[in-house]
Formats: sequence, C-alpha cells, structure tokens
Amino acid sequence: MRRTARLLISAAAFAGLIAGAQAQTHLRIGLAEDPDALDPTQARTYVGRIVFASICDKLFDIDAKLNAVPQLALSHETAADGKTVTIKLRPGVKFHDGEALDAEAAKYSLDRHMTMQGSFRRSELSQVEKVEVVDPLTIRIVLKTPFAPLIAQLTDRAGMMVSPKAAQAAGDKFGQNPVCAGPYKFVERVQQDRIVVEKFADYWDKGNVHIDRITDLPITDSTVRLANLKGGQLDIIERALATDIKDIRATPGLKLATALELGYQGLTINVGKGDAAKGPLGADARVRQAFEAAIDREALTQVVFNGEFKPGNQWVSPQNSYYQESIPVPPRDLAKAKKLLAEAGVKGKVEVDLMTPNNPETRQVAEVIQAMTAEAGFDVKIRVTEFATSLKEAEAGKFQGYILAWSGRTDPDGNIINFAMTNAPNNYSAYSNAEVDAALTEARTLNDPAQRKAAYRKVAQRLAADLPIVYLYHRIVIIAHRDRVEGYSQMPDGLVRVTGLKLK
Amino acid sequence: MVQLIGRRLIQLVPTIIIISMLIFGLQQLLPGDPALVMAGEERDPEVIEQIRRQYRLDQPIPVQYFYWLKGVATGDLGESMRLKEPVARLVMQKLPVTLQLASMAMIIAILIGIPAGVVSAVKKDTVWDYLANILSLWGISTPNFWLGIMLIFLFTVKLGWLPASGYVSPFVDPAQSLKTTILPAFVLGNAIAGILMRHTRAAVLQAMNSDYVRTARAKGLLEGRVVLRHALRNALTPIITIGSLEFGTLLSGAVLTEQIFSIPGFGKLIVDAVFNRDYAVVQGVVLVTSATYILLNLVADIGYILVNPRLRTS
Repeated sequence: MRRTARLLISAAAFAGLIAGAQAQTHLRIGLAEDPDALDPTQARTYVGRIVFASICDKLFDIDAKLNAVPQLALSHETAADGKTVTIKLRPGVKFHDGEALDAEAAKYSLDRHMTMQGSFRRSELSQVEKVEVVDPLTIRIVLKTPFAPLIAQLTDRAGMMVSPKAAQAAGDKFGQNPVCAGPYKFVERVQQDRIVVEKFADYWDKGNVHIDRITDLPITDSTVRLANLKGGQLDIIERALATDIKDIRATPGLKLATALELGYQGLTINVGKGDAAKGPLGADARVRQAFEAAIDREALTQVVFNGEFKPGNQWVSPQNSYYQESIPVPPRDLAKAKKLLAEAGVKGKVEVDLMTPNNPETRQVAEVIQAMTAEAGFDVKIRVTEFATSLKEAEAGKFQGYILAWSGRTDPDGNIINFAMTNAPNNYSAYSNAEVDAALTEARTLNDPAQRKAAYRKVAQRLAADLPIVYLYHRIVIIAHRDRVEGYSQMPDGLVRVTGLKLK
Repeated sequence: MVQLIGRRLIQLVPTIIIISMLIFGLQQLLPGDPALVMAGEERDPEVIEQIRRQYRLDQPIPVQYFYWLKGVATGDLGESMRLKEPVARLVMQKLPVTLQLASMAMIIAILIGIPAGVVSAVKKDTVWDYLANILSLWGISTPNFWLGIMLIFLFTVKLGWLPASGYVSPFVDPAQSLKTTILPAFVLGNAIAGILMRHTRAAVLQAMNSDYVRTARAKGLLEGRVVLRHALRNALTPIITIGSLEFGTLLSGAVLTEQIFSIPGFGKLIVDAVFNRDYAVVQGVVLVTSATYILLNLVADIGYILVNPRLRTS
C-alpha cells in the first residue's frame, strides 16, 4: 500500500515536472542580420526594429491599413492650427524596472530622442519645438510648423518609451540592457548569436501574451535560415527569399505570412553631381524617359522574383492610399524609347555606369535591366560594389545609375522628402526642383489626407517626367513560420509582432 | 628553453605594434565612411558629424592611432561603433567559441590527416595510397560553404539528427555544444586533414628512405615500431609547422564556415565589422589573433624541441 502511494507520488511529481517543462513556451525567431545597439534612440537598422517589437512598445502602432492605433497612448488630438498635438497616455503602464509610464516619463523619452548625442530620431522629430506635461497622463507636443507625419513617426522608434531611471543610469550604454514598456523584457544578448527576452509580468496587455520566452537568432544565410525552420530549430524566420516561396508553400508544417512592403526598390539616376551627371542620361530627361520606357517592370519581377513582387512607379506602392492612380505603372514601350532617344539627338549607344550593391538578387535585377535597355540603345555597364563603398561613391556622385532599396516608412513623407528635396541627405541624384520642394513642404503641413494627396500629385507628376529615381517594384515582406505558431499575421512594416501569438 | 620563451615574448611587443600600425593604415584604404555606414538610412548630417567627433574620425590618422594605442596600453581596446560595446568584451565573448571550434577542427584534422598520411606513405602505390590521396584531394578541393550546406541538408533537413546552426557553450550543455559544433568542425577539419595528409605522406616517405630507418630495420625492430617511433617521430617537425600554421589560421576566424553555421566566433565578428567599417572591432580582433598566432609559433618551436632532442642543446 505504502509502495503504491510512493509510486503514485513520484508519478505525480514526474507529471508535474513534465507539465512544468511544457508550461515554459519558447519562441525562436531567425533574423537575417545581427541588430545594432538596442537603444530606440541610437538604433538605425531594420532588423533592430524587429527585436524592439517585442521589448519596446510605442505611443501608437499601425494597423494593416497603416492607420495609427493606440498602444501606450490612448488618443491624440491636433489643434485647429495644427501646431500642437495633445496625447493622452494609457493609465497603469509600467516599465520593465517597475517604474510608471506617466507624462514625465513620456516627455523624458521624447526629449531624449530629440537631444541625445548620436540620436538618429532627431530628424524624425525635427519639427517638434518642445514637449509639455499637461497632467500626469497627458502630454502636449508643440510643433514649429504643422507636421502631418508626427503621429506616424510615433508609431516607430521615435514613439518608443524608455524608463527614465534606467536611461539616466545607463547613458549611451542603454542599448546593452534596454528597459522599455513592451510585452517582453530583455534578458541577455550575445552579439551575433542570440537575444533572449522573457514575458513581462506587469505588461499592460498581459492577457494577450501567451509565450514565455523569445530568442532571436541572427542567421545571415537565407538558405541556412530556411533549413533551420524546416529542421524545427526555429519557429519563425524573417526575410525569406522570394525564390523560396514555392518551396515554403510545398513544405508540410510551414506557413507563409506576407504583406506588401512600405518601401520600394528603385534606380537612382545622378542628374546633378559631378562629371557622371553630365552624360546624356543625367543631362537629358528624355533619355531618362527612354530608359524607363525600355524597362518592363512586370517581366522584371517575373524573371527575378517569380512574380511575387509588385511593379511600382512611385515612392509608395499601388496599394497605398497616397498612390496617384492618375499616374499608373507605364508598360514597356520600345518604340517610344527609341523615339525619345532620337528626339534627344543621341548618337550611338548611351553608356550607363550602373552601380549595384553586391547581393545576388540585385545583381540579377541589374542584368535584366541591362538586357532590356540594350534593345532601346543603352549600354549599361554593371558595377557591382560592396554596400559601404557604394554609399561613399553615391555620396561623391561617382555613378550614373544606382540600384538602391528603401525600407519604407509608414507616412509617405518618409519615403520621399529626403530623396527629392534639394540638398536632402538621401538625395543621391542631386535632384533639385523648386516646385517639388514647395509641394513636399506643403504636403507635410496638411492634416487632411485629400489635400495632402493633391499636393503629392504635383510631386509625382514632376518626378515621373524628370525621373531622378526610376521606381521599379515593391517587395513583399516574407515571413515563414512553423504551423505550431498560431495567430500570426503580417503588417506592411515587416515587424514580427509577438502579442497574441500562441504555440501549439 | 626558458630563454627562448622569454626572447619570443619580448619580440611579441614590437611585432604587434608593427602589425597594429599596418592594420590601422590598411583600414584607412578601405573605401567607405564609417559614420555614413553607421547612419545607414538615417542620414542626418548633424548626427553624422557628431559620430565623427565622438569616435575621433575627424582627426588625422596618426592622432587616431595614438589614442587607440594609449587605450590598448591600459587594456582598453575601444568601443564598437555599431554595437556600443567595449571591444575587449566582444573579443572575450568570441575567443572561447573560436578556440573550441578551432581545437575540434584540429583534432578532426589530426585524426584523419596523420593516419591517412602514414598509411599512404607506408603502403605507397597500393590501393590504400590511392584511397588516401583521393581523400586528401577531396578535403583540399571541397569548398567549405558547399560542404557546409550539404551537411546541413543531410543532417538537419533530411535526417533531423543535428541542429543546422546556433551555438551552445560546453559549460552550459556539453552534449548540445558538441552537436552544434561538430558539423562546422568537420567542415574545417576536413580541409586541413587533406593538407596534413599530404605533408605527413611526404615527410614519412622521406624518413622511410633514411639511414636511421634502415638501421632500425636492421636491428630487427617490428615494422610498426619502425614507422611510428623512428619514421613518424622524425617526420613530425614539418607536420608541427603546418599544423600550427593551420591552427593559427583557424583562430583568426573561419569566416565562411562561421557564417553558414551561425557560430558566433571571430570570423562572424570580423566580417560584420569590416562590412560596417567598425574599425575598433577589426583592430581588436586582429590584435588578439596576431598575438595568438605568434604564441602558437612559440608553441610550435617548443614542439620541435620536444620531438627533436638535437635542438635542445643549441
């Protein structure tokens, strides 16, 4: 009898152990790169944002249609003159160190983004004059001029709140142990190996957090990342290749989640910097129009990306509400291309020095463009260049064409102003047009979407004629996961949102 | 012997200073601007200027070098621009991983390469010799990245026996650690085994034709003893040279293999650092690996003395 009891007790203990082991759920995410410093103020990489999605909540988040929805803030109200924005904070929110997220803390975080040395958020919040505390749960953002993209900025790193106590103590080393108000708190990081986070017990939306622990593992080789997913060592991988989509769909146990990206892939043409801009391509808009007319965007995405990516001709995708339907993606028109070249009086082949970052997909894109434009009379010389070098070359104007991707921002302003404004930091083509500058400046002050879209129409029309950038296509965010991960849905910003996820 | 070690250690200092100057200078030849790369998409000109000032990129190279050297003298290897972490900490994090991988690869290489070389020399022009030669050629000519990916497909995707990547420290879970490092160690060891085999074969063949082996045979020693005690022992000198050189190369980071198997060692660290123009990290890693390389050469010299008594008196 006693023996039976003892057996029963040990069986129960064993079952308990197993149950205990099962209770610890663990999600493993394969990242395409190793993130930079995990400080929302100093961070600058796309992959870093994926990690932040589990540790640092923002004032606002986005929904699938890119609308701002409340996260750490409950609501926002813009004054009639557009120069102040009042934000109500969610009550009862705590940082991972137990500190309360109140108006003072929110002000501290925003001030830190704006003033800290080496802050990459400074330009995102450059229109903010100051942040005021109205009451313990309300802040007022005073703007220098009306600034429509403000709330969109606060749906990303500029809207991430950090614990003032931890941030003050750590200074610029905050990224080594970030303390935010997200669903998971930071546990450890081994550079280039793993980032471990665990469920935060006092999270404001804890009912929606079902997984105990998450490990982010940077695995740069996409083939190996997929092999790990297939082998069951990972649960989710980001940035799977478009050419692997078929394989992922065909593999039992794997699922695919996709969304059209916020950014674009384009070909920047040097129209104003140095000797390289003086060739026919840089000097004559008709030659650029001929170049564009020779490109079949549909065929390009079919050949290189199995038709998974979407052709585009503007800085936002055709699905975006700011896309100008009156300027659709032009089809290939070789006759038009040749006619334009003749009008421009070009004799012989137009030589183009096309700088291409060194990755297999971009190289293929360059080769397809080379073949297509050759038929119209262009002689594209592809110059494959390591990325850091290509940035320097672009900065110095040592290129005629440069294939460059932009990861995209929620607000259309973030995809265009730094590229098309005169002397803007990302304006590699050295394009300058007073009409475009005025329309872009006007668009960011307009809070009414219809008015803004009308302002952008002027920009889109001008750019379609001048072509400092030939927009080519929009990628899709490709996330693959095992079917044990339930409740996954993909947003256009490419982040892996972990609240609401369950593991079978 | 003590004198030798002392002399070598003193030589270490100027050698490393010269190497560090070379690396510092060569890095400046790399096109690309660290501050621009660091800013990435967020190209705020003022912030870029701040970064240049903060990391003294706006100062002349000799001044930058001076500050760096001053830091090294006090044990401070600087800070990674990209990760905002002290380089010394990064190096200490990666060194054990690289050491483990390199040692395992070397053990595998020795276990395959030396026996194969001896067999092929002793059984010259037989089927064993041909087999060993094929094995060696295979090892030398198989690209690491190809073999790595093939092994991943076989052992992870098809058979599901081993994890494709990731790394676990042997102090945390020895079994899992072995599982995550055995494939990359094999890939690295395989290539070195080929080289070791060729050198062992040549050295043993030479020794087998020498007078002292004939004498040993004439004394009536068993063939196994002749080969192992007389021929191989004398053949070991060049093998130690090659082995220590190869081990040194492994320590500087097995770039491709670490990339494929996501092993967080020196290889991955330095590749990321070069692409991001994270100069302090490149400097730190090169400093440590070159010091290790020089120390390994010293170990090799001590090895020669141990296997070759004639060197002890000189």
